[in-house]
Amino acid sequence: MSWFADLLGPFRGFAVTMRQVTKPRVTRKYPEEKRIKPERFHGRHVLNRDVDGTEKCIGCELCAGVCPAACIYVRGADNPKDDPVSTGERYGFVYEINMLRCIYCAMCVEACPTEAITMTHLFEMSVTDREDGIYTKNELLVEPDGTPNHPQPESALINIEELRLGDGWMRATSPSGRVDYEGVVQWSPSARTGELPAELGQSVLNLSSRAEQGETDG
Amino acid sequence: MSVFIEAGIKVLVAFVFLLVTVLLLVWVERKFVSDLQNRVGPDRAGPWGILQTLADGLKAMFKESITPTNAEFALYIAAPVVSMTTALLMFLVIPIGAPIEINGTLYTLQVMDLNIAILYILAVSSVAVYAITLAGWASGSKYPLLGSVRASAQMISYEAAMGLALVPVVMFAGTMSVSGIVESQQGDFLGFLGPWNIVLLPSFVVFLIAGFAETNRAPFDLVEAEQEIVGGFHTEYSGMRFALFFLAEYINVFTISALTVTLFFGGWGGPVFGPWIIQQVLPVFWFLAKTWLIVLFFVWVRASLPRMRYDQLMGFGWKKLIPVSLAWIILVAIALGVREFGVPWA
Repeated sequence: MSWFADLLGPFRGFAVTMRQVTKPRVTRKYPEEKRIKPERFHGRHVLNRDVDGTEKCIGCELCAGVCPAACIYVRGADNPKDDPVSTGERYGFVYEINMLRCIYCAMCVEACPTEAITMTHLFEMSVTDREDGIYTKNELLVEPDGTPNHPQPESALINIEELRLGDGWMRATSPSGRVDYEGVVQWSPSARTGELPAELGQSVLNLSSRAEQGETDG
Repeated sequence: MSVFIEAGIKVLVAFVFLLVTVLLLVWVERKFVSDLQNRVGPDRAGPWGILQTLADGLKAMFKESITPTNAEFALYIAAPVVSMTTALLMFLVIPIGAPIEINGTLYTLQVMDLNIAILYILAVSSVAVYAITLAGWASGSKYPLLGSVRASAQMISYEAAMGLALVPVVMFAGTMSVSGIVESQQGDFLGFLGPWNIVLLPSFVVFLIAGFAETNRAPFDLVEAEQEIVGGFHTEYSGMRFALFFLAEYINVFTISALTVTLFFGGWGGPVFGPWIIQQVLPVFWFLAKTWLIVLFFVWVRASLPRMRYDQLMGFGWKKLIPVSLAWIILVAIALGVREFGVPWA
């Protein structure tokens, strides 16, 4: 009777499609339902502040130098002696990113020595004018309490809470890229004030012992 | 005079009925195809997206109809008109319900009751090929020309198969009139079942496959598939002109389904019960139910089968369908001859 089964072979495809009717749909109904982004999602950039409110950006222009799309424009200026804006000698006086040219590669995040620029989970940035696509420090700099800024008002499409979810980038790859630094709090966190616990799980072996002893490798 | 009034009313009703059906059909197709593909179809325009077709129609009306520079203008405009006209004309001979008797006059629920209706249908579907040919040629551009030449060849070859598939039906029923064929399928078994022509199974299969090819539906939609040839013969059409092609295609789908039901599944036959007014409405309901089932089958096939390559398509039509139809005609003729005259050696 296998010839009968062979004859029915081409019609098995019909059964497959009919079975799909009974399964739940895979479509996610945006904007009512939004997907939780992966932790290291390359969204929109923010310029971070330290826990005491000073800006982290020291105007070194490394991000502009490494950007493959040449979309960052930075001009540094000296910090006023009595009212320092940033934690170094200079600060980012002009800081603009052309979001329409940005390729969201996060090389600026890798290049930044102070973790001033990081990427959040925001991606809803549609503008109606090319001029509005150039984000200046107004839009990029976080609020003194660590809240990311957003040029457009909060609406069904823009979820400010999503911006508060910090990225794990700097914590996942320590400055030396070495697993031995796992468990050692290196930097203050991004897009948030206060300290976050160190991220674990990079190496299966050194889960907690080194962190407790504070031992590091050279 | 009353003949003209009656004809006028029937034409108007058929026209409105077809347009409303096509509106519904486009939505049903999009929703059902998306269900079969495990996704949500249109669901923004109105509840469950039922206003989507209306929105598409409005958009088509307001869109600019761009005419290519190299287009042959008169034929370019004529093509969608011919397409829509033949699509509407094909439906005129299909009875959607049992004849109603009011005050002694018998009203048949078809716009025209020709006694050569089968021939009329085949003739009109042949003229529909002109629309495709004109559209592609008059667009004045390479890809529409290629698409329309292939589409014309496809439609012509499968029309031969379709015509041959209908010959056993005509022999079996003894008449070419569609209403006659439907009448010959009515009976009393289980209260409504008669000799449905589905017993002519090879004819049914060949007719259905040829119907898919006639309407340029999957799996025979190479000539208008976006992934293959942008749009085939309707690439250079925009706005209302494209909407005419689009609607004509769906009217054709509905007409072929209605024809399948009429010729093979007993047309408007079905259990009839209840008071007089219900008894007149029920055949229409049975006809619509059966036709929509075949339409859903069309959509199911579209979602399930991959597209046939053009040479596979033409080979299938000429080398498989036509010989099968011819062989079946001979068999049916022999069977009917035996039934009529007895075995030759008796």
